[in-house]
Amino acid sequence: MTAAQRALPRRWPLLRSSNLHGGWPSAFWFLLPALIGFVAFYLYPAIRGVYISFTDWNLIANEGDWVGTDNYDRLLDDSRVWDSLKVTIRYTVINIVSQTILAIGIAVLMDRLTKSVVIRGIILFPWLIPNVIVAMLWVWMLDGNLGIVNEFLGWFGVDPIRFFTDTDKVIPTLAGINTWRHMGYTALLIFAGLQMIPKSLYEAAALDGATERQMFFGITMPLLRPILALVLVITIVGSLQVFDTVYVATGGFGGQPGGPANASRVIYLYIYQNAFDFNQLGYAAAISVLLVVILLAVTFVQLKLLRAGESDLS
Amino acid sequence: MRKTVWRLIAVFIALTLVAAACGDDDDGGAGEAQTATQATEAAEESAPAPTEAPVEAVTIEYWLWDGNQQPYYQQCADDFTAANPSINVEIVQFGWGDYWTNLTAAFASDSGPDVFTDHLARYPEFVASGVLVPLNDYVARDGVDTGAYFPGLAELWVDAEGNRYGLPKDFDTIALVMNSGHVADAGVTAADFAAAEWNPDDGGSFQELIAKLSVDANGNRGDSPDFDSSNVEVYGMGLEGNFGAFGQTTFSGFAASTGFQFLDVNPFGDSANYDDPRLAATIDWYVRMIDAGYVVPIEDVESLGGTTVFQNGSAAVMADGSWKIGTYIGADTPFDVEFAPLPTGPSGSRASMFNGLADSINRSSDNQEEAWQWVKHMASAECQDIIGGAAVVFPAIPSAADIAVASHQANGVDVTAFTVHVDEGTTFLFPITDSASQIEAIVGPAMQEILRGQADAADRLSQVADEVNSVLGS
Repeated sequence: MTAAQRALPRRWPLLRSSNLHGGWPSAFWFLLPALIGFVAFYLYPAIRGVYISFTDWNLIANEGDWVGTDNYDRLLDDSRVWDSLKVTIRYTVINIVSQTILAIGIAVLMDRLTKSVVIRGIILFPWLIPNVIVAMLWVWMLDGNLGIVNEFLGWFGVDPIRFFTDTDKVIPTLAGINTWRHMGYTALLIFAGLQMIPKSLYEAAALDGATERQMFFGITMPLLRPILALVLVITIVGSLQVFDTVYVATGGFGGQPGGPANASRVIYLYIYQNAFDFNQLGYAAAISVLLVVILLAVTFVQLKLLRAGESDLS
Repeated sequence: MRKTVWRLIAVFIALTLVAAACGDDDDGGAGEAQTATQATEAAEESAPAPTEAPVEAVTIEYWLWDGNQQPYYQQCADDFTAANPSINVEIVQFGWGDYWTNLTAAFASDSGPDVFTDHLARYPEFVASGVLVPLNDYVARDGVDTGAYFPGLAELWVDAEGNRYGLPKDFDTIALVMNSGHVADAGVTAADFAAAEWNPDDGGSFQELIAKLSVDANGNRGDSPDFDSSNVEVYGMGLEGNFGAFGQTTFSGFAASTGFQFLDVNPFGDSANYDDPRLAATIDWYVRMIDAGYVVPIEDVESLGGTTVFQNGSAAVMADGSWKIGTYIGADTPFDVEFAPLPTGPSGSRASMFNGLADSINRSSDNQEEAWQWVKHMASAECQDIIGGAAVVFPAIPSAADIAVASHQANGVDVTAFTVHVDEGTTFLFPITDSASQIEAIVGPAMQEILRGQADAADRLSQVADEVNSVLGS
């Protein structure tokens, strides 16, 4: 091993020349399509978005003048921003806790009990349905008057539950729907992580008379940490950005998106309202920048706390 | 093993990025499939004209949101092209939600339709952004008579500076739609509703009617002391789910019959009257009626909508707009319906919001002269008679509206409950401001709180008034 190779940290194995075998030119061509997409659809819009946040940009007129930090001053005084952040955080906490626990459960069951590809496919199924369809499906199933779920509950003498139109239940309901949709996908990511844990550890533990429960908390969870960190970062960032399910399910056929009484107005929905209902693109961009800063902070703290770059295996 | 997994994840993330990037314009082509071009007609017409100098044909793109009206406007377009061979019209239809999103995007990119169907709640924002063509010069040049329409309709499309941005094409009013079976069971008739009086204190004879129409699970009616308001099978009155800031199909007619007005000046007032005690009293009446089990709880109609709940048989009557007549007499409603006008209020007359659509011209159109010709044709008796004959909406020209009423009559449907408001002059105009969507976002959620009993009507509405007036004043 040369000095240069040693200097590169272990967590960048792809960058070590021995791993690339001089393949940089071909790697470049393979990366190019993604790179073009990244620059055209992410990098440039992001930079332009920051610029627009310092203007009074009107969406329809498609122009605006520099207003300095006016939008940011307004944002700090706008209680709706902070209300919608609270709603978003409430959604994220319920969604992530339920989704992660269920996903770990499913992944461990798949790992320990079956390797059936068919079952893996079935578990992934809800994730393959478009968000809008999922939302419409649940709007019909959970409706207070006509929904099949309340019909079933009625057989057991339960009064109809207004899942989407009760101000206290709408966020847990939305979080539940997205848990249903995403837990299979999350479970597959965790399942991939479980494959990295050497089977010999379980065999050794079994010989020592460890129970399944002891093996789960003593072997599986600690060794799953790096993968779990990655999964949590992806799902929490995704969860904080929830929009389509909320927009479709709470708008329904008669309500107002973000309703009832703003109980489900998540931050993305508020940004959308400002940009596309009120045509105030400049202000919407300023709230978006705030959201980006929050997401970066959350991600950074998480990766640090969970030491995602290190593994306990080696 | 570990490296392989990490590489797989890396590849997966890269693919997701590409997919996400490509997925962004999914909606771009959504409308293409619905495009009805007149390419074939254009070909037929261009063939036999050897003697004339070739005229370069211009195609006007026209957008509308109501698919029910598209075939009849297509007929107008065919007639128009027959009379003006050098102008073709291409009609594009989008659903209501997509329509405004696409239109906004089109304006932002200086593209989109030459002519489009415009709405009173939206056009002031377009005017403020400078994307519409003022029609004054065209109207004066061609001597178009703006007095040919129902009184008030043409004036709605003139802004504070006197610029006209649309020519009226139709109007709508509000009436009660009644489930014939439910009202017959209660021994109530449309005539009873037409004669009914309402006030926000005790609800008058109107409240007695909807009480009588309410039935609980044990078969008790709302006017019986045994009526169980927590276990209602049929509500006397249904409710549109989006109660809203302007309550077009919900509270507006009732509130206006007390003398309430939304704005100090309409159109383009700079203060709103949401703190008017008569409005609070009206909303409070709704809250009491929901508690009493006579009006469907707002929670039950927000999700699937008031129309679905009515069609399900859960409400005996419901206030709705004339543009929905087709929905109620059509196959989607599995029972017969009748219509009755809204009740007479404390002011001594009934009241219905009066709203109308018009066609506007996009400033980025390259063919504004041809676009104007098409707008003028749609606002003419020739086209409006076709629309009236189809009986989909009420045209803005009185004679054409009569054709619509007669056409319904011929099918055995009496729609005079909608036109009586116009005949008796008991309409009030849709409140026009340049901040309709912001007002909706402030007042709508507040109404949802009040109707749930989470806030007091008078208190909450006076807060709302401050917020709305600060938006209007800015």
